[in-house]
Amino acid sequence: MAEENRRNNNKIVLQTQKLTKIFGGLTAVSNFDSQVHEGEICSLIGPNGAGKTTVFNVVTGIYKPEEGHVVFNGEDITGRKPHQIVSCGIARTFQNIRLFPNMTCLENIMAGQHCRGSAGVWGAIFRTSHQQKEEQHVRKEAESRILQVGLWESRDELAKNIAYGSQRMLEIARALATNPRLLVLDEPSSGLNSRETEDLMEFLKGLVKEEDVTILLIEHDMNVVMGISDWVIVMDEGRKIAEGLPEEIYNNHRVIEAYLGSDDEESEYDTTSYR
Amino acid sequence: MEVFLEQLINGLTIGSFYALIALGYSMVYGILKLINFAHGDFFTLGSYIGYTVLVFGSALVTSHFGLWGGMIAAMLVAAICLAFVGVIVERVAYRPIYPAGRLPAVVSALGASIFLQNAIMVIWGPRYQAYPASLIPNIHIQLGGIHITLLQIVILVLSFLLMGILYWIIQKTTFGAAIRASALDKDTASLMGINFNKVIFFIFTLGPALGAITGVMVGMYYRQISFTMGWNYGLKAFTATILGGIGNLPGAMFGGLILGVLEMLGAAYISAAWKDVFVFLILILVLIFRPTGLFGEKMAEKV
Amino acid sequence: MEHTKTIGYDRFFGLKQSTLFIVLGVFFIYPFIVNNYYIDVAFFFGIYALLGLSLNIVLGEVGLFDLGHAGFYAIGAYTTAILNTKFGIPILVLLPVSALAAGFFAYIVCSPIIHLRGDYLCIVTIGIGEIVRIALINNPFDLTGGPNGVFGIDFPSLGSLFVIDSSIKYYFLIWIVVALSIFGLIRLQQSRIGRAWNCIREDEVAAGSSGIDVRYYKLLAFVLGAALAGIAGNLYASKLMCVSPESFTFWESCLMFCIVLIGGMGSIPGVLIGAAFISLFPEIFRPFAMYRMLVFGTVMILMMMFRPGGVWPRKRGGVEFKSILARIGRKDG
Repeated sequence: MAEENRRNNNKIVLQTQKLTKIFGGLTAVSNFDSQVHEGEICSLIGPNGAGKTTVFNVVTGIYKPEEGHVVFNGEDITGRKPHQIVSCGIARTFQNIRLFPNMTCLENIMAGQHCRGSAGVWGAIFRTSHQQKEEQHVRKEAESRILQVGLWESRDELAKNIAYGSQRMLEIARALATNPRLLVLDEPSSGLNSRETEDLMEFLKGLVKEEDVTILLIEHDMNVVMGISDWVIVMDEGRKIAEGLPEEIYNNHRVIEAYLGSDDEESEYDTTSYR
Repeated sequence: MEVFLEQLINGLTIGSFYALIALGYSMVYGILKLINFAHGDFFTLGSYIGYTVLVFGSALVTSHFGLWGGMIAAMLVAAICLAFVGVIVERVAYRPIYPAGRLPAVVSALGASIFLQNAIMVIWGPRYQAYPASLIPNIHIQLGGIHITLLQIVILVLSFLLMGILYWIIQKTTFGAAIRASALDKDTASLMGINFNKVIFFIFTLGPALGAITGVMVGMYYRQISFTMGWNYGLKAFTATILGGIGNLPGAMFGGLILGVLEMLGAAYISAAWKDVFVFLILILVLIFRPTGLFGEKMAEKV
Repeated sequence: MEHTKTIGYDRFFGLKQSTLFIVLGVFFIYPFIVNNYYIDVAFFFGIYALLGLSLNIVLGEVGLFDLGHAGFYAIGAYTTAILNTKFGIPILVLLPVSALAAGFFAYIVCSPIIHLRGDYLCIVTIGIGEIVRIALINNPFDLTGGPNGVFGIDFPSLGSLFVIDSSIKYYFLIWIVVALSIFGLIRLQQSRIGRAWNCIREDEVAAGSSGIDVRYYKLLAFVLGAALAGIAGNLYASKLMCVSPESFTFWESCLMFCIVLIGGMGSIPGVLIGAAFISLFPEIFRPFAMYRMLVFGTVMILMMMFRPGGVWPRKRGGVEFKSILARIGRKDG
């Protein structure tokens, strides 16, 4: 209870209100309400096909919802384009890593700094002092991020040539380069071995402590969910079926049912949060 | 009203040409994601081969089989020749290159097209050639005030027959299912045991053969053929493919027919000189409002 | 902390400075040692270089299939031709005007269709190129002279002293323009804009989700590419003293496409080599006039077989294509 009160005292960074996304005949997300509070690590879990990535895609502007709103720091960002949402302060990674394969690691991260700069054609061609300063700043930022994720040695390697685990970290570094308030990670530990997963967990915990960033992540690895989450939201078949502290969710019978299935055909999903 | 119906029939005739050529493009594009620039030249080559058969074989064929027999012979010979040419072009210009990527494949296709076009020029000469008028039936018919030719009727019937056969093969046979599966996801298709080489063989024999038959029909209809006509027809046919929706074979057929009708109506009611502009504007408008073509394509990108 | 490599000037595209000086030296001496015919060949090499560079922005940097680029070239050429013959405006004044006209046209025409997926965009650009060409033939408002085109275009001049009226002068004019363009394009390549373009080419969705306004940068590439093609059109019109729709066919667009691909996508020296190939090829094969296009087509296919990345592929930030030899060499296919 005390934990939840503490949570509720923090500002709400991201809110989805009655979010609904329909593809043709398929309702991928239905009436999804959620809140992510400042400075927390919030995990979104649920069986495959539950609609988690779709929620992420709506939040980050790749899809427009049929109904509902996305509110970020009090501002309604529903329906904005992806690059505008990045400018507002939300950065994401993808379930199937999407790097720029034929560019170097450093260049990949520099891409993240794009929205924080403004140099245009004139500045580029005539190398104005504004543009020079900006380029230096971009480079320094990227260098500090690549150091932060431990990929300094690979900085001039092409992104497609580095190890899988490194690619995941590179994608996170690129997202961090946008100076986000909210980091949205889609299955960041997928494909990592146990040591890499440990490192990732440490990294994310450190990130929240040291920088002014909130993390929302989709995860299947329960160790990660239990290990670092402050709050867990559970989805199944497009709906929220439970939310609460990690320990509470772990023992919630509805959640277990959703993952393992049940004998009872008429199990109902209600969206009351678990208090 | 009569004029409208006549133009409609003219449009459907041209449209069937576009539709048949578009089928060839659509099959290759659907499976290999390659714009087969050489396809227009398959069509041209077929037309020229038909011309040669008629001019040099006419005495032999028409004495035995009559005028229509001569045309059928021309089509058969052209179709068989182009089936061979299609396979050869695929082996030489496409197979070694498409693993390298889509853009090199496009350049290679352009190279093949340039080669074929100029080979035709070298063999048959740069001037227009004309299908011998004496070998083409010139029977006009009045159907309730509308003036059409027997040739048009034959062309329309033959075209729809060919389209129908292809449609039946693609939609109703097992092999057709294999083709459709390969168009959706060729790696999974081959993992499922579909003989991809057979599918390739099919599209590179039947496509060019259809194009060749269309070429002979165009030769009969317009009488005059030139070695550059592949480009114009090819472009329109590919437009029809896009109009109908990429990878959608019935869509390509309808796209071709619609394109032909629009072109004819545009020429008749707006201006003959601007008819191609009219056609392209329609295409652009369709794509703005329906980016995946009139009948849509089956893909959606998963993010 | 050791700084990361910046692009220094000790090596320019991998060429040593000394090699570069030799190449520049040849460029300067060339027109003085050959006759006018060959100077003109080199002029058209320059035109194709400009056109290749202009398409390279769209196709090489951003990866958009543009097969209608001749349309922008035509707009530039005809803007110059019409404004010069009807209103007497000097050619060099019309240089930026043609660039603006072509760029503006690209902006208007591409805005509604820039979101289209690769292959659909391709066919629409073909359509645009054809629409321009047909419009020019049809002589709307009696402006374009129909199939015969517009003739009687002036020489470029700055006052009465500095008139460009000989092959040599045209040669230097075009190559100065090419050099300036290369300068600007390298700077763009190495800037925030160039990075954004390359990111879009690599993965449009990831680029958008990393904060890049994909629509804006695609449109920017088209506008800049069109403007540069418009400049080429201006110089072409003035050199030939007349323009006609025949010079701006789909075939021209294909040639430009091949220049970029044969040279190496996104690679500036590659584009120059591609342009050299395209403009010199007909010269070298003049004796075999009838067969030269057969050879040309064959060479294209062979090039893609053995060097699909282009003759001079871009080292970093460029796209890699594996040639047939590389694939045969690898047992794992």
